[in-house]
Amino acid sequence: MSPILLVLIFVVSAVLGYFIIRAVPALLHTPLMSGMNALSGITVLGAMVAAASARWTVSLVMGCAACFLAMVNVAGGFALTHKMLRMFAGKGEKK
Amino acid sequence: MSDPLYFILCGVCVALVLIGINMMSKVKKAVGGNLLSAAATLFAMVLTVIRYGITSGAALYVCLAAGTVAGILGASKAKMIAMPQTVAVLNGLGGAASALVAGASAWDGAATAFGGITGGIAIAVGALTFTGSFVAAGKLARIIDSKPKKLPAHGFFTVLLTVLTVAAILLGTFGAAGWNFAVAVLSLLAGVVFVMRVGGADMPITISLLNSLSGVAGGIAGMAIGEPLLVAVGGIVGASGLILTQDMCRAMNRSLGAILTGKTTTAPGAPAPKAETPEKPAAEAPAGITEADVAERLRTAKKVIIVPGYGMALSQAQADVARLADALEKNGAEVKFGIHPVAGRMPGHMSVLLCEAEIPYDKLFMMEDINPEFAACDIAIVVGANDVTNPAANTAEGTPIYGMPVLRVADAPMKVVCNFDTKPGYAGVPNPMYTAPDVLLMLGDAKVSVGKLIGFVTAGK
Repeated sequence: MSPILLVLIFVVSAVLGYFIIRAVPALLHTPLMSGMNALSGITVLGAMVAAASARWTVSLVMGCAACFLAMVNVAGGFALTHKMLRMFAGKGEKK
Repeated sequence: MSDPLYFILCGVCVALVLIGINMMSKVKKAVGGNLLSAAATLFAMVLTVIRYGITSGAALYVCLAAGTVAGILGASKAKMIAMPQTVAVLNGLGGAASALVAGASAWDGAATAFGGITGGIAIAVGALTFTGSFVAAGKLARIIDSKPKKLPAHGFFTVLLTVLTVAAILLGTFGAAGWNFAVAVLSLLAGVVFVMRVGGADMPITISLLNSLSGVAGGIAGMAIGEPLLVAVGGIVGASGLILTQDMCRAMNRSLGAILTGKTTTAPGAPAPKAETPEKPAAEAPAGITEADVAERLRTAKKVIIVPGYGMALSQAQADVARLADALEKNGAEVKFGIHPVAGRMPGHMSVLLCEAEIPYDKLFMMEDINPEFAACDIAIVVGANDVTNPAANTAEGTPIYGMPVLRVADAPMKVVCNFDTKPGYAGVPNPMYTAPDVLLMLGDAKVSVGKLIGFVTAGK
C-alpha cells in the first residue's frame, strides 16, 4: 500500500477513536484502558504475517515469539477486561 | 481474496472495534462491547490467515495457542488489587511483540525507505514500551522502589539516547539492517531511563502514556509491513491512551512535560513526600470535635459521602469501607462515594477496588457530580486521600496544586479523615483541613480507623 494512504488511515482512525473514546466516563477508565491494551495486541496480525513470510530462521523466530507475546496480550487483555466488567455490571444490578 | 473485498472487510473490522468501544461507555453494555472487540480481533486474525494464505507453519499456530492459554490463565489468576501492574505487564508484552514484528521484517530486508524508517521507529517505540511498562509494573507491585530515581545528568542521557536512536534508525534504513539491533538496545535502555524517574502519584499518567505508545508501536509496525488493519487499530489505541493521559494531566494540574522530566513539584520548605509504606502513625490529634460527636452524627446521618484514595488501596480497606457503607445504610443513611479522577495509581483505580468490595457501581460519583452535594451531606468520610481533597488547591496561589480541581470535602459540615498521618500528600502542600475544628482526624491504618467507625454506627444496637 502507498505510504501516504497508510499514514492517512492512521490519522483518520486515531481521530475517530478520539471522539468515540471521549464518551467513556472516568469511572470506567480502568476497563477501557485494559480493553485498549488488549486491542494493542492486534499487532498479532503483523506477527502472523512476519512469521509466515519469514525468509530466515532469525526472522521466523522473531515472528513466532511476536505471535506468542501478542497473543498473551490479546487473550489476557480481553479476559481481564471481561472479568472486570462483569464485576462492574453484576454488582450494579444487585440490590 | 481480492484487494477491494479485503479492504471492505478491514473496514468492517475497524467499525466493529469502534462500536465495541462505544458500548464501553455504559456499564450495562460494556461487557458486550468488550466481547465485540474481542470478536473483531478474532475476525481480523481469520482475515489475515485467508489473505496471506497462512495454512502451513505449525510453529506459528503453536505459538498462538500457547499465547492464548498463557494469557487466559494469567488473567484468571490476576487479583483486582494487582490490576495496575497486570495491565502494565500485558502492555509491555504488546510493545515487545510490535518491536519483534518490525525486527523480523527488517531482517528480511525492507523494500522501501518508508518501510525501513517505520520499521526502525516501531522497534524503538515497541522496545521502549516493553521495558518502560515492566519498570512501571515493578514499581506498582513495589518490587522496585516506587520513588522517582534520577541519574546524574538525567536530561543529558535522555537526549543522548534519543539522538543515538534516531541515528541508528537512519543507519538501519540506508545502511546495514543490523543497525536495528542497536535501535532495540538503545530503546530498551531508554524505557528504563524514562520510567525510573516517575514516582508514585504520577504513575496513572505514565501508565496511560505507555498504553498509548503500545498502540502507536503496533500502528507503525503496520506501516512497516503495509498492513492497513494494524495501522487503523493502532491509531485507535494510540488515541485512547492520549485521551487518558490528557485527562490525568488536567485532573492533576500538571503538564506532561513536567512529569516526563521527573519534576516532583514539592513546595519549597515542605517536608518530604509522604512515605508509601506504613511506619509509625503520629499519636497526637488536634483538638476539635470528639469521637463521641462523630459517633452521634454517624448514627443519625441521613446522607454520608465517602471519599476513597490511594491510602485505602494501600491498607486494602475497601472491604471494610463496604461494611461501613452497609452499616450506615441499615441505619437509613444514603451513602455515596466521591471519586477523584486521579485517586489511585491508574485511571479509574478506585472504581475497580470498590466494585470488587461489592459496592454497587451506581453509588460511585465522579468529582464534578458529587461536589455540589458535600454542603448538603451530614458527614464526609475521607479514607486515605489527601491532595485530591486539599482545599488549599483553591486558595494557596503559587503552590503546585493551585488550580487543581479537588473534591470539596471541606464544604461538608463535619468530616472524618482516616489518613495514615498528617504529612502533606505527594504534592507537598499541607492540608488545612487537618487542623479545621469540624474535622476528626483518625490517624493510622485506614483499616483500623474504618473498623472503629463501623463500631460507632453499630454501637448500642
